[in-house]
Amino acid sequence: MTMLNAKIPSGPLETKWDRRRFSEKLISPNNKRKLTVIVVGSGLAGASAASTLGQLGYQVECFCFQDSPRRAHSIAAQGGINAAKNYQDDGDSVGRLFYDTIKGGDFRSREANVYRLAQVSTQIIDQCVALGIPFAREYGGQLANRSFGGVQVSRTFYCRGQTGQQLLLGAYSALCWQIERGQVTMRPRTEMLDLVVIDGQARGIVVRDLVTGRLSVHTAHAVVLATGGYSNVYYLSTNASGSNVTATYRAWKQGAAFANPCFTQIHPTAIPPGDAYQAKLTLMSESLRNDGRLWVPKMSADHRCPGDISAAERDYFLERRYPRFGNLAPRDIASRAVKDVCDEGRGVGPSGHGVYLDFADVIEQEGLEVVRERYGNLFDMYHRITGEDAYHAPMRIYPAPHYTMGGLWVDYNLMSTVPGLFVIGEANFADHGANRLGASSLMQGLADGYFILPYTIGHYLATAKLSLIREDHKESRAALQRATNRIGRLLNAKGRRTAASFHRDVGTLLRNHCGMSRNEAGLKLALAKVPALREELWRDVVVPGSGEAFNQELEYAGRVADYLEFAELLCHDALHREESCGAHFREEYQTDDGEPKRDDSRFAHVAAWEYREGALPILHKEPLAFEFVQPTTRSYQ
Amino acid sequence: MIGNVTFTLNIWRQKGPEDSGRFVTYEARDVSSGMSFLEMLDSVNQRLIANGEEPVAFEQDCREGICGSCSLVINGIPHGPDRGITTCQLYMRRFLDGAVITIEPWRARSFPIIKDLVVDRSALDRIMQAGGYISVNTGGAVDGNVLLIGKDQAETAMDAASCIGCGACVAACKNASAMLFVAAKVSHLASLPQGKPERTHRVRAMLEAMDREGFGSCGNQYECEAVCPKSIGVRFIANLNREYLRAGVVESGLLSEPEAPHAESA
Repeated sequence: MTMLNAKIPSGPLETKWDRRRFSEKLISPNNKRKLTVIVVGSGLAGASAASTLGQLGYQVECFCFQDSPRRAHSIAAQGGINAAKNYQDDGDSVGRLFYDTIKGGDFRSREANVYRLAQVSTQIIDQCVALGIPFAREYGGQLANRSFGGVQVSRTFYCRGQTGQQLLLGAYSALCWQIERGQVTMRPRTEMLDLVVIDGQARGIVVRDLVTGRLSVHTAHAVVLATGGYSNVYYLSTNASGSNVTATYRAWKQGAAFANPCFTQIHPTAIPPGDAYQAKLTLMSESLRNDGRLWVPKMSADHRCPGDISAAERDYFLERRYPRFGNLAPRDIASRAVKDVCDEGRGVGPSGHGVYLDFADVIEQEGLEVVRERYGNLFDMYHRITGEDAYHAPMRIYPAPHYTMGGLWVDYNLMSTVPGLFVIGEANFADHGANRLGASSLMQGLADGYFILPYTIGHYLATAKLSLIREDHKESRAALQRATNRIGRLLNAKGRRTAASFHRDVGTLLRNHCGMSRNEAGLKLALAKVPALREELWRDVVVPGSGEAFNQELEYAGRVADYLEFAELLCHDALHREESCGAHFREEYQTDDGEPKRDDSRFAHVAAWEYREGALPILHKEPLAFEFVQPTTRSYQ
Repeated sequence: MIGNVTFTLNIWRQKGPEDSGRFVTYEARDVSSGMSFLEMLDSVNQRLIANGEEPVAFEQDCREGICGSCSLVINGIPHGPDRGITTCQLYMRRFLDGAVITIEPWRARSFPIIKDLVVDRSALDRIMQAGGYISVNTGGAVDGNVLLIGKDQAETAMDAASCIGCGACVAACKNASAMLFVAAKVSHLASLPQGKPERTHRVRAMLEAMDREGFGSCGNQYECEAVCPKSIGVRFIANLNREYLRAGVVESGLLSEPEAPHAESA
């Protein structure tokens, strides 16, 4: 039976983290050397955690499925990273970043976690500068900032349009140093397939060497999952194709509660979907909304060229509906507004799934060169993909699954409900509530990895009773057998349908019924259809080649099989949450003018789901107490 | 039916490192001009898989030109005919209907083939581990605005830092040299004040690692710059040579850690 104890320190918000750090037990340097920690994933959270743990003296084994830790999907983040530095002197503070984030998350996150995130944010920037990250600078040499959605201050630090790559390369370089020092053993091209739990503690993982196909067990004193989010359950998303839910889902089946899976962020500005062959949706950075204006024709089915539609015939729908924030309304709100106008038949482009993002005004006011300098790489990217020139005609954009606020449940110390299993970065659920603000994911990944986990894991290792275990422990062998059986079943089905065809089907089902808006009937329909699809996969999938070799289709089929199980959990959670909050919009719960209706009396809780074999998952609720902020109706009007 | 364009693909197939490998011809049918090059390959693979045949192995991940996974030599040119992009950013509208397209892996002794079009680029990671970092501990960093870094200097560092580690520079070079890769990293860190304390050791350690991994030396052909998806210039190779020379001067003891004469232009 899963028990949820968030272990939040009592007392004033501002000093909770300081007091926790002081009360945590430490481990002497001599003893750290004898302790091993497994880190799965090498993105911002994983690489920063692995390098910091190595620096502290632990023996770290770090795994990633990519060919190099530098390729983890954090690399694709474009826009920036938030920090409450108040370098612009525009009224920013830790308190304001805290409030913006908790309000942005529609009051569905923990106050204590979010406050700590805001506190740590300033250290992250300092650390990154020390690592040599080439942040944008002003002429005087100071760090530059820009604005992002959902806030009224300028607190986002950036490196052109590739902040994610630069921050990741910083964490990767720190990791390289620890590899060179012998503190971290890096295992690229290795995928985690199962978790080993011994005497109720996470003690290891089962991995597949993706080059040789060999399965093996790796044991340690603690396991850290930094395996990212699950947006690819929707098939089309802005995530890299390798991003998957397998590690966290497998951990769920071994007892780690999964929290708020239905909180999935659909990013408003991606290039609209095209034909059936399309493999991914390409994000256009949120920073474009600083200067671009979103509009559609006032008339429905207006197929004229955008240039032929006069200002009076245009509906700048975000500026109209949310005059205070205008085009910088938060992601969930902007996405839904886009969907609304498209559902009204006013969408543009061949599919009708698109709205204009127009730069004509800023080009006229500030000149083409200024816009080129600011967004040149994004305009180039748009041109390459669509063949259209956005300097002369507006871009077309449509929302795309992008980030998942849900993830494995963790306490204040970032430990899951399985002792010894820590979860950091996008893989956990902790900080973003029902909606994440732009430029906050990089902040959270690095906060967890550099500054929070390295403290809290020490306390666990200092206080837990950890017996000596052997790699061939019966639980290890059982986990190995589970992974072996699964691979065998996939290879032996020898059916007719490709894994991609199943992935596309489950993705379409979820986009239609558990995407930007949800309702009871649709969710029940999806819940009825997913099991049939899953059975068909096990019966009729075809995976050529062998398990004892490099086999990309086998890797992919295994991930798709997990999506087909996970999809059900996602829908159960969306069905249970009978309210609209953040990115979770239940059509039954909205105001007359289409704004979401939150229900704090019934749903001010984290929904943490426990796995049960052959039965429906069990719901546990962690009540969210708001001691320091008063949940209000989240209005950006 | 999706599109109406057809291509003939000559694709390098190789079962594993020991296999000798060969070209195999495939028809890519029903391609649309709006497809990306990799989506076109996906469609070929989907047909192969549905027939129970092994798909063509190739690497890809982000499909937006930043992760550096994709690595195809297309008609003899790494990342294909267009400048400043990765393979995943190449679209089929770039090719004429009926074209014959040859697809090969990165070819370099330091990048052994794993399967088909997938090569092992871990040599680049090992060069980075030799010194491609600033040794600072987590915690205790000074405020980010303490170091004032001029905009031009920051932009130069950023130009170099934009390397995505794909290895196209190696694949394009007759000598299979990794000079542009090493130059980008060395220049990025050497051009920032944070990177200065270790610059002497760094440039030597990284170049030694490059030699150890079997990469060749620079032949000044500039093929690397031409295929670099991030358009990183060969001027950084000049900068690398300067850094190396400077390290020699410093280590000879002739000068005690001088400010390099060309530091301002770095």
